[in-house]
Amino acid sequence: MTTTPDTLRVTVQRGTASALRRETFDVPAYENQTVLDVVTWIQQMADPTLSYRFACRVGMCGSCAMMVNGVPRWTCRTHVKKVAADGELDIAPLRNLPVIKDLAADMDPFFDKWVAAEARHHPSAGRADGFDPVTPQEPARAEADLGIECINCGICYAACDTVAGNPDYLGPAALQRAWTLLNDSRDADRDGILTAVSGKGGCHNCHSMGSCAQYCPNELNPMRAIAGLKRETVRAAWGRKRDA
Amino acid sequence: MLDLKLYMAQRLSALVMVPLVLGHIAVMIYAIQGGLSTVEILGRTQGSLLWFLFYGSFVIAVSVHAAIGLRVIAHEWGGLRGRVLDWLMWGIGACLFYVGIQAVFAVSLP
Amino acid sequence: MKTPPRSHPLWLAFLLHRLSGLALALFLPVHLWLLSQAVTSPATLDGFLAFADHPLAKLAEFGLVFLLAVHMAGGLRLLALEFLPWSNRHKTYAAAAIGAALFLSGTFFLRAI
Repeated sequence: MTTTPDTLRVTVQRGTASALRRETFDVPAYENQTVLDVVTWIQQMADPTLSYRFACRVGMCGSCAMMVNGVPRWTCRTHVKKVAADGELDIAPLRNLPVIKDLAADMDPFFDKWVAAEARHHPSAGRADGFDPVTPQEPARAEADLGIECINCGICYAACDTVAGNPDYLGPAALQRAWTLLNDSRDADRDGILTAVSGKGGCHNCHSMGSCAQYCPNELNPMRAIAGLKRETVRAAWGRKRDA
Repeated sequence: MLDLKLYMAQRLSALVMVPLVLGHIAVMIYAIQGGLSTVEILGRTQGSLLWFLFYGSFVIAVSVHAAIGLRVIAHEWGGLRGRVLDWLMWGIGACLFYVGIQAVFAVSLP
Repeated sequence: MKTPPRSHPLWLAFLLHRLSGLALALFLPVHLWLLSQAVTSPATLDGFLAFADHPLAKLAEFGLVFLLAVHMAGGLRLLALEFLPWSNRHKTYAAAAIGAALFLSGTFFLRAI
């Protein structure tokens, strides 16, 4: 079958972990078309049994990330023209995660690690108390602000080769969230966070290869956050006071 | 597979080795001209406390550094974990320290 | 045409650091054992040093010095990344580390031949 210029040749990974296979579909090409549009076309017009995950379609919810031609991408904001100049697309579920079925990766390990990194809010005040104002000029707040636009899409986790080689590693997203909380004056468990990111799968496993920052769709830099965690854990271990 | 302690040992040994490596490279650049001989090497190092301390601390730092570095590679690329990984690290560190200190003694004892 | 998610400068810097470290760790026991022969068996060491005068051996020595220098310079960059205030110029620093290593090992090579 030859591919005409107005047709995309799309290979999709199908099946569950025990029986993976690849299927190819010819999908009509349009002037403006995202990778998610292509996947949706396949599901609606060619094979309704295709499983995949999406919600908002505008790059806010972080649920549609997939491997596109080997690169982890948010498919709803990825234009086919930019990633498939030759009209060929290869779509697979996110790397470094178990497959549930077809393009839906099991995000459980990813979010379990957020909890393991203490990347959750630890309240410092009750409802009767006043709350700390957010002061954008303050250095610690500015550092936290750099990381809070994370949409939990898992692209950095899929891009990271340290995760690939070391399944216990907490990964860029969870560690970056831990870093934003560490810099948040409203979070009450600084020591708990520092301990949680210092274990066997902690921030010290990062090799600063920077794939997280390279592929983050929101252009965040988890590598920078993890470097900050390394610095703070060492500083805490040497018993010095925080100066941030 | 590193926790905070191994990480600090890795970075501290690295920091110690920065001046040592620079010194070692400088000596190599100085000594290589005209070829090397056992007599020439021994003439420089034998009976010298300074070279003994220089290469002695180098051997200690490199044993720590290489053992932890190879541990990471054995885990990430070799899939080793748990006790095997710990034994491997300590084994490599001990072996390197042993051959290293032999070499330091060999070239610096008067 | 698949692009692997890793052909970018800092990932290549990571690979160079890992491979140079691995190669140095494998070379080190041989290097130390040969030196330990200096007193007990100077002929072994001298025999090897004579072999090291061969032009190809000089090239290999240049490679070793480069590996050592690039591992040190790359390691300094990582220490700066982790312990100094953040800088957005790490791709430049990684290139500078390779440049410095080439300069040091090149100086060694020119003196060696």
